Amino acid sequence: MNVAALATPSAHGWVRQIAGPVHRVLKVLFSVLLTFLGLTCVTFVIGRVIPIDPVLAIVGDKAPPDVYARVRAEIGLDLPLPVQYWRYLMKVLHGDFGNSVITSQPVLADLLHVFPATLELSLLALIIGVIFGVPIGVIAATHRGRWQDQVIRFGSLLGYSMPVFWLGLVGLLAFYAKLGWVEGPGRLDVGFDDIVPTVTGLIVVDSLIAGEHDVFVNALSHLVLPASILGYLSLAYVARMTRSFMLSQLRQEYVLAALAKGLSPFRVVWVHALGNAWVQLITVIALTFGSLLEGAVLTETVFAWPGLGLYMKNSLFNADLNAVLGGTMLVGVVYIGLNMLSDLLYPLVDPRARESS
Amino acid sequence: MSDAPLLTVRNLRVVYPSDEGDFRAVRNVSFTLGRERLGIVGESGSGKSTTGRAIMGLVPEPGRVEADLLRLGDTDLRTLNERGFRKLRGKRIAMVLQDPKYSLDPVMTVGRQIAETHRHHFRSSAKQARAAALEMLEAVHIRDPERVYTQYPHQVSGGMGQRIMIAMMLIAGPDLLIADEPTSALDVTVQHQVLAIMDEQVRKRGMGLILISHNLHLVSSFCDRVLVMYAGQIVESCKAAHLSEAQHPYTRGLLAALPELGHRRLVLPQLQRDPAWLEDVAPLTDATP
Repeated sequence: MNVAALATPSAHGWVRQIAGPVHRVLKVLFSVLLTFLGLTCVTFVIGRVIPIDPVLAIVGDKAPPDVYARVRAEIGLDLPLPVQYWRYLMKVLHGDFGNSVITSQPVLADLLHVFPATLELSLLALIIGVIFGVPIGVIAATHRGRWQDQVIRFGSLLGYSMPVFWLGLVGLLAFYAKLGWVEGPGRLDVGFDDIVPTVTGLIVVDSLIAGEHDVFVNALSHLVLPASILGYLSLAYVARMTRSFMLSQLRQEYVLAALAKGLSPFRVVWVHALGNAWVQLITVIALTFGSLLEGAVLTETVFAWPGLGLYMKNSLFNADLNAVLGGTMLVGVVYIGLNMLSDLLYPLVDPRARESS
Repeated sequence: MSDAPLLTVRNLRVVYPSDEGDFRAVRNVSFTLGRERLGIVGESGSGKSTTGRAIMGLVPEPGRVEADLLRLGDTDLRTLNERGFRKLRGKRIAMVLQDPKYSLDPVMTVGRQIAETHRHHFRSSAKQARAAALEMLEAVHIRDPERVYTQYPHQVSGGMGQRIMIAMMLIAGPDLLIADEPTSALDVTVQHQVLAIMDEQVRKRGMGLILISHNLHLVSSFCDRVLVMYAGQIVESCKAAHLSEAQHPYTRGLLAALPELGHRRLVLPQLQRDPAWLEDVAPLTDATP
């Protein structure tokens, strides 16, 4: 047996090398599956307890009792709850969320149509939040208690506490109405609609692919204000978290050791301490992205941005239950996906997470 | 030149201002160090680590360092700014910390951390620094340097971690090494191994060593001279071999409290602290030899 083991050392090493990551991915997938089941339970229960009668929505309140009963049986509401849940789960797995009452289209088609707009908005907001938020947080930590820190802390507190719709309105008033630096509400000016073919659904990207320079400029000009306002909110959060992670890292012994070997404070802070802070920051950034997606509701309403937030708002106000539950499911799935992503990204920045226990 | 002491410290004071008045962490500490091994012993908070950090220029704010004389070779450390200290650290003075689990950056391979010191001080290429780091790993008796080079701190044992730390601190060839409790976090069996490696390097390179420890046995067996600190002051200074003849009641109390192999004592004598020990020792003046 020893001889056999010696004869195939490469195979052994290969198996061992691949076993760790595979095991980890399987573990993550299993937890994703459980979370997804939990999510469907929640949306199912919400759908049942909400005081909206789906039968009434179809037949109207003047329908005779026998019609009511027939429709009720048709959509399966007379079946026992577990069976209903099973049917619901099967439908969801096939991407069937029912039809929307307002648009009378399948909810899934609606969601696929509006989601890229939200994705575009929140992606840019996240990029702004991370690119500025992380360095700002680091500077606040290294200048703890001095004026830089005070200014940053005040600024992020402002970002925290300012209502986003108010900020949006003020932003529109200043930069669109008065200064005319940016375009107003919507994703594109009317004349630019339907010029570029949809590839990713992100107009900024699609217009670049199509080589439509004017569309790109117009889209970016529409995008920049709402994205900056959302970005400011995520910046505030990211900067605050970065500051506190950095403060705890800067107290570590390895920082003292790095200084003792003569490194510049710049390198110690930005390479060693920040390198360690990233481990914690990954989760924060993933969750920030999630909250940007759902937090876009108010921003999208103010900016008439045809995304998930606006769609959900309209559905809620019109008691369009299928659309609301579908949207909720989508946000939930995105959250799960982001969590999974951050779990899988950990090992990239933290060598300690590379070995599965 | 070679006769001149490596380090001259006269009336070193480290003060932390606070709302309830200044806290004097180190009070008028004076000593000189040649190319020898000097031990500093004392209990927690006696100022021994702070003394080491003051020499490195690493006393955290708002701490203040003052001295009548603080010279490393012919460099006056008192007039040095942060930039000046940075050139010294690693290159002329280096420091080994207590626990390699915390004093090595957990997300960087140990090889890169050693090479980093080399690159920084010699502006060397990545290749040269790597070669130097591998050589250094071999010098601290690491058997498979190539493999260890690519490992992360959590993958190496405590003893190995401390050897890596020594390699990282000695690669730029400092004259003086301050070892702050270098073996306290290690298993007893590994302690001697690590000390022996440190000793070998210090001798080979003709360096000065300050060994800071609370372990009397260790210091007296390993060092040439011993300073005993209490409440921020040196209360006793003697040859390590003559530690058993120490005069100060604090040192005597510590020695009396040491457990001995073979003599089983049910009760160790308690250290009776005399408030008089806290009183300021007269600072050195030019008149004192």
